Amino acid sequence: MKYMTLIYSNPDLAPQPGTPEFAGYMGGYAKANQTFAADGVLVSGDALKPVTAATTLRRRAGRLETMDGPFAETKEQLGGYYILDCKDLDEAIRYAAMIPAVDYGSIEVRPLSEMNPETLKILLGQA
Amino acid sequence: MTAAPEALAELVRKEWGRLLAASVRAIGSMELAEESLSEAIESAMVHWQRNGMPASPKGWLLKVARRKAIDRIRRQKTHDRNADALAHLMDLDQTAHDGLPAGTDEIPDERLRLIFTCCHPALDRKSSVALTLRMLCGLTTAEIAHAFLDAPETMAQRLVRAKRKISAAGIPYEVPGPDLWAERLDSVLHVVYLVFNEGYAASGGPDYMRPQLVAEAIHLGRMLLQLLPGEAEAEGLLALMLLHDSRRFARLDRDGVMIALDSQDRRLWDRQMAGEGEALITRALGRGRPGPFQMQAAISAVHSAALSAESTDWPQILLLYGELHRMTGSTVVRLNQIVALARVEGPYKALELCEGLASELAAYQPFHAALADLRAQTGDVTGSVFAYREAVALSASASERLFLEQRLKAVQSRQ
Repeated sequence: MKYMTLIYSNPDLAPQPGTPEFAGYMGGYAKANQTFAADGVLVSGDALKPVTAATTLRRRAGRLETMDGPFAETKEQLGGYYILDCKDLDEAIRYAAMIPAVDYGSIEVRPLSEMNPETLKILLGQA
Repeated sequence: MTAAPEALAELVRKEWGRLLAASVRAIGSMELAEESLSEAIESAMVHWQRNGMPASPKGWLLKVARRKAIDRIRRQKTHDRNADALAHLMDLDQTAHDGLPAGTDEIPDERLRLIFTCCHPALDRKSSVALTLRMLCGLTTAEIAHAFLDAPETMAQRLVRAKRKISAAGIPYEVPGPDLWAERLDSVLHVVYLVFNEGYAASGGPDYMRPQLVAEAIHLGRMLLQLLPGEAEAEGLLALMLLHDSRRFARLDRDGVMIALDSQDRRLWDRQMAGEGEALITRALGRGRPGPFQMQAAISAVHSAALSAESTDWPQILLLYGELHRMTGSTVVRLNQIVALARVEGPYKALELCEGLASELAAYQPFHAALADLRAQTGDVTGSVFAYREAVALSASASERLFLEQRLKAVQSRQ
């Protein structure tokens, strides 16, 4: 089963560049990446640029609205993600627990819907 | 032959958890297993009435449940994952004798998988409690709803959502490995203890469900001990429940009002049950792997050992609360430690420490009751009345409220 790990954190709480903790923190990500890849569970993953680079779109009543900023202003912001292919939730949790943000932020572990073409056909009444 | 329906009912009552656990293992989905097993039982009612009890009734039920599951999967339009489940089931179905030793009716005991899954931390606690009661204890949805004072439809929805989450999130049907063991066992023990407390605390609602919940919790505790021999915290939990329950006849007065431990008639304590609890906790502590449930059981055992309230070994209890606080960091434990301190050293220091917990425990009734009692002991009658009024306002049941009002009246009479 594929799981997305959504990495939320308050950027002020993360180790800051230039501090001794920062090296450990970056090292933690390097180790996680290595382990995910070596164990064959890594499907994809990336850090996101901060929410200051974010733009949010909505179309309402035919009008496309483009706004500066993330979809919601929250203290903990989405900072990155992985998609991991794991046997079950416990395996996904074990890997997600290696992500350094778990120590000061929150990591949401959610399965991908992985809708099968056959199921889609059923839903569309074409089966 | 009319013995069959009674025998079937008795079998289902005793073996539901074990039958369901084995069915989930074979069938792969909790929802499907529960439905299929229920259908198998209905089928047994007809067939066993007609043809008498089969030689291996449990094996029969398991086999028929698997076949019902196969039928259901075939009737649904499926996607890939069900095709795998179907193939696996059909394989199982064709295995002669179902892998059971000939001449016995022993089915595999998968109840550990079942309880660890029901108590997985990805599920909220209330859902875990409800699911455990349904899946392992075989309580009906209506009975579980009643225990929680919920409407049956609400509880039914909760159970469905929990089972859906298990399959949607990929919660495995496994006993956790060593790296997750301590955390997961702790979760299971806490769920069982919640069942016990639902029954024991008598908080709100009519009382008829309560003894049943206590009995189910103790049954689950015994099951865990049987399946996890030598697991000290499981021994601690069972000991704790037995020691608490041994006082059931002394806890309430004729009007259903709570009686404090100090004032209970100890002749009404069930000495046999307490003895079993004491033996268990002694054995558990001897394993040298202490934990919070063992500490709580040890504290309860010290109370049990005291033939009168006056002869209670409070210094020992104080020490044990200290250990428990060290393990858990819980403020509630700290409160209990402070109450024990007052017993050993007098109320003054304890009162000061107790006041310090005010912001954290403002919504916790026993905090205000403890504060009121300590103030009364130091002669601060006005302060005591105030705190008892807070406690009354926060009380969760009629029994509790009446007890606290009695205490309030007693202090007020000193004004």
